[in-house]
Amino acid sequence: MADSEQGDRPSEGRHVIYCGVCTLPPEYCEYGGTVKKCQEWLEANQPEMYAKIWSPEVLEAATAALSVDAQKRAARDAQKKAAKAEAAEAKQNEKLASSTITIKRIERNKKKFVTAVFGLEAFGLDLKKVAKDLGKKFATGSSVTKVPSGGEEIVVQGDVSEELEEFLLEKYKDIPGENIELVDDKKKKKAAAAAAT
Amino acid sequence: MFKKDLQPGTKSKLKSSVQRSLRGALLSTYPLLTPYIDDVLPKKGSLESMKLPDRNTLYILDGTTPLFYQQDGPGGPVIPHLRLVHRYPQCFPTIRIDRGAIRFVLSGATLMAPGLTSKGGRLPADDADPEDLPEGEEMEQEVDEEGRWSRELKQGEPVVIMAEGKTEACAVGTLAVGTKEVKAKGKGPVVEDAHFLGDGLWRIAVD
Repeated sequence: MADSEQGDRPSEGRHVIYCGVCTLPPEYCEYGGTVKKCQEWLEANQPEMYAKIWSPEVLEAATAALSVDAQKRAARDAQKKAAKAEAAEAKQNEKLASSTITIKRIERNKKKFVTAVFGLEAFGLDLKKVAKDLGKKFATGSSVTKVPSGGEEIVVQGDVSEELEEFLLEKYKDIPGENIELVDDKKKKKAAAAAAT
Repeated sequence: MFKKDLQPGTKSKLKSSVQRSLRGALLSTYPLLTPYIDDVLPKKGSLESMKLPDRNTLYILDGTTPLFYQQDGPGGPVIPHLRLVHRYPQCFPTIRIDRGAIRFVLSGATLMAPGLTSKGGRLPADDADPEDLPEGEEMEQEVDEEGRWSRELKQGEPVVIMAEGKTEACAVGTLAVGTKEVKAKGKGPVVEDAHFLGDGLWRIAVD
C-alpha cells in the first residue's frame, strides 16, 4: 500500500536538542538548579549551542535588561535552588552507599533451594524487569513477591546466589560490590518445631 | 498541576474509534495542525493512554512519544505535551512572558497578568482579529515577527507560553481569562495549573 502523496509530505517537525543533565532545552538550564553540570555537558556535547547561550555578551545583555533589585533576587533564588539540588544529590548518594542488597539462599527441601534478592529497588531498578531478566539468564522461575515485613523481593528458583551476584555486578555498574551480602538460610526443623509448640 | 514527580500509571491501548474522535478533537482545537496531523498522529500508529492523577489522561504514541494530555476526562480540553510544542511550535496560539516571570512559571506558579502586559511580554496586538474567526478562515492566524498572535484568544483556550529571549516554549496551559480582558485589567491570574518545563509530566517515564 504505497502512499500516493508521499512526495509533498510535510517535514517531521523541528528537532530540539535537550540538555543531557536536566532534560530541559539548554536555554532553560539556568532555571534547572544544576547549572554548572549543564554547562559542562553542553560545552562537551554541543559546543556551538554553548557559545550561543553562555557567551559573555549574551549573558551581559540578559542581565542588563533586569533591574538591580530583580537581579539580586534572581541570583539569590538560583543559589537556593542549586543548594537544594546539591543536597538532594548528596542525600541520594548517601542512600546508595548505605543501602545493601541481600542475596539469601533458602533451603526448600534438603537438596533444593531458592534464592531471594532483597533491596534492589534502592538502586532504582524495576523489580519486575530484573526478575524477568534473571529468569531468562538462569532459565528458571523468577518472580517478585511481597515480604511480610514490607517491601518486595525477587525469588529465583534454584541455588544461583554466586552467579546472581556476578550478574548484578556486571549488568548494573552502579552497584558497589561491597554492598552485596550473601546469606545462607537453612531451614532449622527443630527451631521451627519449637516455635510452633 | 504536575509540580510533583509523577509515577507512570498503567498504559492501555486505545480503540481506533477513540483514536479517530481524538484526532477530530485535536483538529477542531488546533486547526493549524491540519497539515501535520499525519506526522503527529499517523493513521497506523498505536496510541496509548495513561491515567494521571487529578483526572488527567496522557496520550502516548507508539509507547515512546507523549503527545497530548487531557484534563477532566473525556471531553475536557486537549493540551499538547511540551515536546510536541517544541516540534511544531507554529501550530499553537502563543503568548509571551517577560524575562522576570520565567523563573516563577518554571517553578509552577500561576501566570499573572503583569508578566504579559509588561515590555517583555506579548499579547495579541490591539488591532488583532476577533476571537472567533469565520468558518473556513481558521488557517488565517499566525504569530507576527514581534511574537504577537494575530487573533484575540478567549477564556478557556489552550495556549502556549513562550518566554522573552528564548526560542522554545516554556509552558502550556488554558487561559483563565481572555486576552482582551488581560489587556483591559492588567492584573490577576491568567494561566493556572500549567504544564511547564521540568515538571512531573515533562519528566515522566513513559516506557
